This record gives sequence, C-alpha cells and structure tokens, in this order.
Amino acid sequence: MARVPLSRIAHARSGDKGDGSNVGLIADTAALYEIIREQVTPERVKEHFAEVCHGAVERFEVPNLRALNFILHDSLGGGGTLSLKTDAQGKTHGQGILALEVEVPSELLPAEVHR
Amino acid sequence: MKTIRIGNGQGFWGDSVDAPVDLLRGGPIDYIGMDYLAEVTLSIMMRQKLKDPSRGYATDFIGFIRRVLPELRERGVRVITNAGGLNPKACREQIFEVAREFGISGLRVGVVEGDDILPDLKELVDSGHALRHMETGDEIAGVLDQVTSANAYLGAWPVVDALNQGADIVLCGRVTDTALALAPMAHEFGWSPDNWDLMAAGTVAGHILECGAQCTGGNFSRWWEVPDLWNVGFPIVEASADGSFVVTKHDGTGGMVTEETVAEQLVYEMGNPGEYLTPDVTADFTSIQLKAAGANRVRVSGIGGGPRTPFLKISASYLAGFKTSGQLTVSGPQAIDKARLCADVVWKRLEKAGVTFDPADRLEELVGHSACLPGVLSAPSDPPEVVLRLGVRDADREKVARFGKELAPLVTSGPPGVTGFAGGRPKPQEIVAYWPALIEREVVESSVHVTVEEV
Repeated sequence: MARVPLSRIAHARSGDKGDGSNVGLIADTAALYEIIREQVTPERVKEHFAEVCHGAVERFEVPNLRALNFILHDSLGGGGTLSLKTDAQGKTHGQGILALEVEVPSELLPAEVHR
Repeated sequence: MKTIRIGNGQGFWGDSVDAPVDLLRGGPIDYIGMDYLAEVTLSIMMRQKLKDPSRGYATDFIGFIRRVLPELRERGVRVITNAGGLNPKACREQIFEVAREFGISGLRVGVVEGDDILPDLKELVDSGHALRHMETGDEIAGVLDQVTSANAYLGAWPVVDALNQGADIVLCGRVTDTALALAPMAHEFGWSPDNWDLMAAGTVAGHILECGAQCTGGNFSRWWEVPDLWNVGFPIVEASADGSFVVTKHDGTGGMVTEETVAEQLVYEMGNPGEYLTPDVTADFTSIQLKAAGANRVRVSGIGGGPRTPFLKISASYLAGFKTSGQLTVSGPQAIDKARLCADVVWKRLEKAGVTFDPADRLEELVGHSACLPGVLSAPSDPPEVVLRLGVRDADREKVARFGKELAPLVTSGPPGVTGFAGGRPKPQEIVAYWPALIEREVVESSVHVTVEEV
C-alpha cells in the first residue's frame, strides 16, 4: 500500500454551477476507479476543501467514464459576476482535488510521472 | 457511410479570434459553430441596442465574416452562431453589407427569433409565472425593476428549420451551445425530434465541442503531455447518421485528442450525469462510451437519452449593486504580515470615514499565498512577495467609490515594500447578475420564428 495524491492515478477538471463548483475526477484505470469510488467520499472532499466549500458536497458516479462528479455547493462567493474572488468560477478546484491523498495497492500504481 | 464534419471555432465570448479562421483553412469541414454569449453578455448588448438600435449583436462575428466570406462560399461551409444576440436581423444586414462589398450574391442567412422575453416579462409575472431563481427559489418579482435582459434558451429545432430552408449562415440569440452541433446532424440525417437517443448523441457532441480547445488539450490536467499548445487545433466532430461520432482536429495542429482529453470535457460543468437537461432531450452521460480510434481520434458511441422536459431555461440578468477590487504588491521580508497590516489599515481608515461593509461583501486575498485554494495546497510560510487583493460590493455606489480611494495611500502611509499600484483608483462597476429560471416551453415556443433571406 502507498499513500499518494490523486494526481498519480487520476485527472480532473472543474468549472462553475451557479455559486457552486462542478469538479469531475477521472481515474486512469477500472481498478483505480474502484479505489477512488471507495475513498473519495463526499465527506473527504468536503474536509479537503473545508476553507473553500461552505455548503454540502454532492457526488455522482459515472462508471462508464471511470469518473466521479462532485458539486461543491456555496464555494464561489456568490458565483458569476456577484463574486469578488479571483477564482469566481472554481476553475482551480480540479487542480485542488488532485492533491487529496488516497491509499493505493503498490501494484496498481503507475510509474512515477515527471511532474 | 455519410459523415459530416462539424467544428467549433469559438468556445465563448473572448475566445481566440484566429481559431475559426484556422478551423476553416486547416482542412475539410462542413459546419462551424461559434458561441459568443456568456451568461450576462445579452445584458451588455441590451445597453448597446438602447444607445443605437442598429447594435446589440456580437460585432466580432462580422470581423470573422469579413475575413472569410469568399472562402465559406467557395467551399460551401455553413456557419451556425448565437452572435445575433438581441438583434440578429441587424447582424444579418451587416453580413449582407459585407457580401455586397465582396460582390457575392445568393448568400442565404437565417435568423432565429423569439428567445427574447423581456418585452413580455411583466405580463408573464402578472399572469402567474414566478420565474423563481433556480438556486435560491426567490421570485423574480423582487428584482423586476432591475432586470436588464431575459432570454429563453432555445434548442436545435429552429436552427434545423433555417438549415432546411437553405441558410448558409444561421444567426440566433440565446440558443443552447449543444444545439450548434445537434442542429446540423438532425438536418443532414433527417433525425426525428422524438428519437431521444439521437437527440442525446447530438447533444453530447455539442457538449464536447462547446468549449473549443478544452477537448483538444486545453485546460488538460496533464498539461506537460500536450504538444504545441500554442498552435492548439480546435475540435471537429465527424458525425454519422446512427448517432456515433469521432472527435478529432485538423492534421498539423497542436494539442491532442485522447480519451482523457475528451473525458475531461465531458465532466466539465456536467451536473447530474444521468439527467443532462436541454430543450431537446434529457441526455444520459452514464451511457457514453469512448474509444481511441487512431492518432487524435476518439470514437464516441452508445449514447442514450430520454424525453425532453416541459420547461425551457430562462437566462435573465438584473442590476445587483456595485463592486470593485484593487491590488498592491507587498515584498518581503515578512510579506504576509505586512500585507495583512495593509488590509487592516484600509478597513480601519474606511471605518473612521464612516464607510463599513458587511463581512460577506468584503474580500481580502493574498495572491501567492493560497488565494485560489486556501487550505488545499500548502502555502509558503514566508514568500518573497505577495499580491494583496481587496474588494468590496454594496448597493451604494458612493461607498464602493470611497473604498477605491483608500489603496494608493498605502504606498506612503503603510508598511515598507508596498509597490505595484498601477491603473489608477479602482472604480465602481455595476454588477449585472445572473438569474436562471424555468418557464413552460409553450409560452415561449409559440412565438419563435425563423426567417431566411438572400442577398
């Protein structure tokens, strides 16, 4: 078992949904999808984004894309043009979720990437 | 088997001005879709139209037409866009003007109207349409006097109508981004509006295309794997009559099309994957199958969908007070402590002047010290410098203006190492906020109409 950031086994993209952000997380393989499905729970995502997300975290499963889709409610300071934030559209949240750490059996880990 | 090639040359208002030209010139293409309307763009166009009744559309689109109209004609490439904004007929007149300059005749331009419900808004509210805000649940009646635009998202069918009438260019106002791709497929393949799987297939193709280079390597997590991002190719869908399609880009362009880049765009702003709602269909994103089919080619198939809902989405905008923000650069040592002191000084000087803001209407960010992802990425404890960004919003323009006067004094009456104040005092900006709501579709659809005219 190794504890690694999600960036080792998954990729992600985010954008806005009103005053919430939509964060899609995609695992690299079917086996790794099971890992993220078990470990990247709404509770863990809420805790990871505790200072960003002031509302609930909703999670949807998209197994055909090996993806989980999260809505981080109340995360954008009003959203759209109402927000004063630099990241008023949650564009960076996809990069943020990739820092969350998960436990992965070593045999499922890909070779170290250079970034 | 017949395939048609549909590209996206403009992912949003402000996207690359060269992308649609490169898409046209870079290889085979049948249709180019172009999106010019952000959520509150129509409100800006409303002001332009009030000042000058011949304005109110995306003038950038005319610039594009001026660059490429003879080539479009020669190759028979058709263009579908929401550049018509609030005044698609004036936009058509401008295109005809350009055509006459080139000595081109026989050009057919379609206009879709009926999305603009602002003239009827008060009557709609009075007759019981609450138009509740989709997030807050508030009735629009509370901001009715501040509403500056209100448009329904139309679907693909009025566009199909224009294409069936032979339009070479179709000008819409508010129409879904996905319709820009679904419409040419439905037109070319003779799809039926109640074939939900095919409607969903065209909708998914539209979703993949709608943000331009975001499916060809732009905004991709593993950016270091993307070749020649400077020359990124905009996306093309090669569509077949059975609803399957291949996502690709022109040979010789940068970027990449892989299962990963396409999957990232599929999850982008997806919401509930089982119910992706458009005026045309309820698409099921849990049915989509992706398969690499050669270099920079990804086959998309298996897409399913269900009936469309009885509602259309309304996109309204309203005036919601004023805001402004400004920034200063604060060097080290102890950049963070000094930046925090600067912020404290600003708020206290404003308080002394009798100007206070609700904490929720005040912003204090240390850019370079986790402004985007506080608590998520570790911030350096003593960075060599940070940018202090302060902002406020309020219903009172004067309060916002007073805040704007309090940043520059910090250069001489704050801590040392404060620099980078440029661009003058931050000025109050009117906030044009977004109001999403639903309305029964027949209320709008009964007055949608399509006209195709020839120069």
